[in-house]
Amino acid sequence: MIPTLSVDELTVRFAHRTGTLEAVAGASLRIEPGECVGIVGESGSGKTQLFLAAMGLLRGHAKVSGSIRFAGNELLGAKAAALNRVRGSKLTMIFQDPMTSLTPHLRIGTQLAEVLVCHLGVSWSEARSAAVRMLEHVRIPDPKRRLKQYPYELSGGMRQRVMLAMSLLCKPDLLIADEPTTALDVTLQAQIMELLRAARGETGMALVLISHDLGVIAGLADRILVMYAGRIVENAAADELLRRPRHPYTAELLKCVPSLSGPRLARMPTLPGQPPQPGEVLQACPFAPRCPRAAERCRVEPPVLAVAAGAANATNAANAYVACHFPLS
Amino acid sequence: MSVLGDDAIRRLRARPAAVSALLIITAVLLIALLGPWLNPNNTQTLDWLHVAAGPTLQSAHWFGTDRLGRDLYARTLAGARVSVAIGLVASMISILVGVSYGAIAGYIGGRTDHLMMRVIEILSGLPLIFFVIFLTVIFGRSEYLLFVSIGAVGWLTMARIVRGQTLSIRQQEYIAAAVAGGAGTGRIIAKHVVPNVIGPVIVYATLTVPQIILFESFLSFLGLGIQEPGASLGTLIAEGVGEMEAAPWMLLVPGSFLAVLLLCLNIFGDGLRDALDVKEA
Repeated sequence: MIPTLSVDELTVRFAHRTGTLEAVAGASLRIEPGECVGIVGESGSGKTQLFLAAMGLLRGHAKVSGSIRFAGNELLGAKAAALNRVRGSKLTMIFQDPMTSLTPHLRIGTQLAEVLVCHLGVSWSEARSAAVRMLEHVRIPDPKRRLKQYPYELSGGMRQRVMLAMSLLCKPDLLIADEPTTALDVTLQAQIMELLRAARGETGMALVLISHDLGVIAGLADRILVMYAGRIVENAAADELLRRPRHPYTAELLKCVPSLSGPRLARMPTLPGQPPQPGEVLQACPFAPRCPRAAERCRVEPPVLAVAAGAANATNAANAYVACHFPLS
Repeated sequence: MSVLGDDAIRRLRARPAAVSALLIITAVLLIALLGPWLNPNNTQTLDWLHVAAGPTLQSAHWFGTDRLGRDLYARTLAGARVSVAIGLVASMISILVGVSYGAIAGYIGGRTDHLMMRVIEILSGLPLIFFVIFLTVIFGRSEYLLFVSIGAVGWLTMARIVRGQTLSIRQQEYIAAAVAGGAGTGRIIAKHVVPNVIGPVIVYATLTVPQIILFESFLSFLGLGIQEPGASLGTLIAEGVGEMEAAPWMLLVPGSFLAVLLLCLNIFGDGLRDALDVKEA
């Protein structure tokens, strides 16, 4: 089966006055049809840049190399017209901040209907009624009235639902949700995640959830990818990764998730040190300076993402990859 | 006019100066358009019995007559119509050309932007009066030439304003969202950039009208604009200046029309700017 999205050796570099910054360093991943993949990592780990590159949203000064194929078609270097046929219809994205993602001077209805008119060539009146149905679908009350409203008349949660409705209108094969709930409060967060889950169940689309919050991802993702300093350091089935993290960074991240049931801690556990600054000269393993298990080998030999020892058992064939010389077992 | 609509109108209503300016502009325009029906005189007839006569009600020359006995009421209204028409047409050109030019330069950016802005700089470097005289010498005097020469330079500032706004809008997330939604460059500029610059565009267009009227009057005053027997406020003022001591009404009548129109347009433009500028309200 052709993977919905396959990224090979993707590198994103930015020219900068101090030299070149590497936001994504040779990342490879595959997303199968219908799969839900969570991407976690601290700010600046390159998780957003990776998918902005896939959508062709990086500015001119970004140098992208490698390969990004969507349903077998190369997206990198594709003509804008070819990109625009898939963007917004088969490959859609929703962004972190719903407050700024809608064009302020256009009515909600126009913005929603435009997607259908633009991609499927339906009439405006048909597109409007489809928009009403989709707004109902994402549980926006009184959708007919909303069509005539402007973005500023809607709350943040409502706007994120509109964004979600917009990205679902053309029945996408892959929806990329870049921190879809970061700007929302916790109850809205749960509702949006529930909508994403339902939408995925109905359409069978693949879903990418980008977040720095493991808790948000854990409930929905089939597979979780952990990124650090522009590299994918661990890639495993969600329950496997949460239960048995193999990369020390994943393990440390999991320790930082506060628990309601555990003993009350005097201090929030945190990861010592800082993620590498952009432009900083990295050691062979970029996590080595903060890693409790680091040894001399980590500073000279870059670890590669490989099948983790003990993961290739019969039932869960080859579903855990880790980039570490001394993985936890 | 979307989101600007109701709120802006309410804020505008709260400004008595702007509202009264708008009422006066409307009144002046109504007089200019409907005035000829109230008075039998036309702009060309020479009344030999009343040459350079002062304003009276009995003779039906309400604003008096000029040196040749032409009715000043009819001529002033005709002049006001010409002046306002030139102001409006030039503003339209400035909106059409300036907005699309500025939005394209700002949105596409890079080398295209550089090139387009250099063209604007070259055009705005032209000494305007020289430019107009030059065109007049080549093509002969005509009203259309006046439209062309004013239109040719009137859109430059508008293009700069729109480009500046577009540069900041381009960075907004909703533009990224539109790109991610598969909208082409043309569609993004037309539907997602231009509607968002409409506020400053309206304000600047309102303030352009008096500028252009003033410039037209200035050219006509110098004899480069509207030609006899046609009239604009500028030519009437120029004639009036010659007779200022003997027949002051020849200067005062068109002069006060121009002054009132310019003052009110400027006050209204200012009020509109304040009403549309949500941040300072």
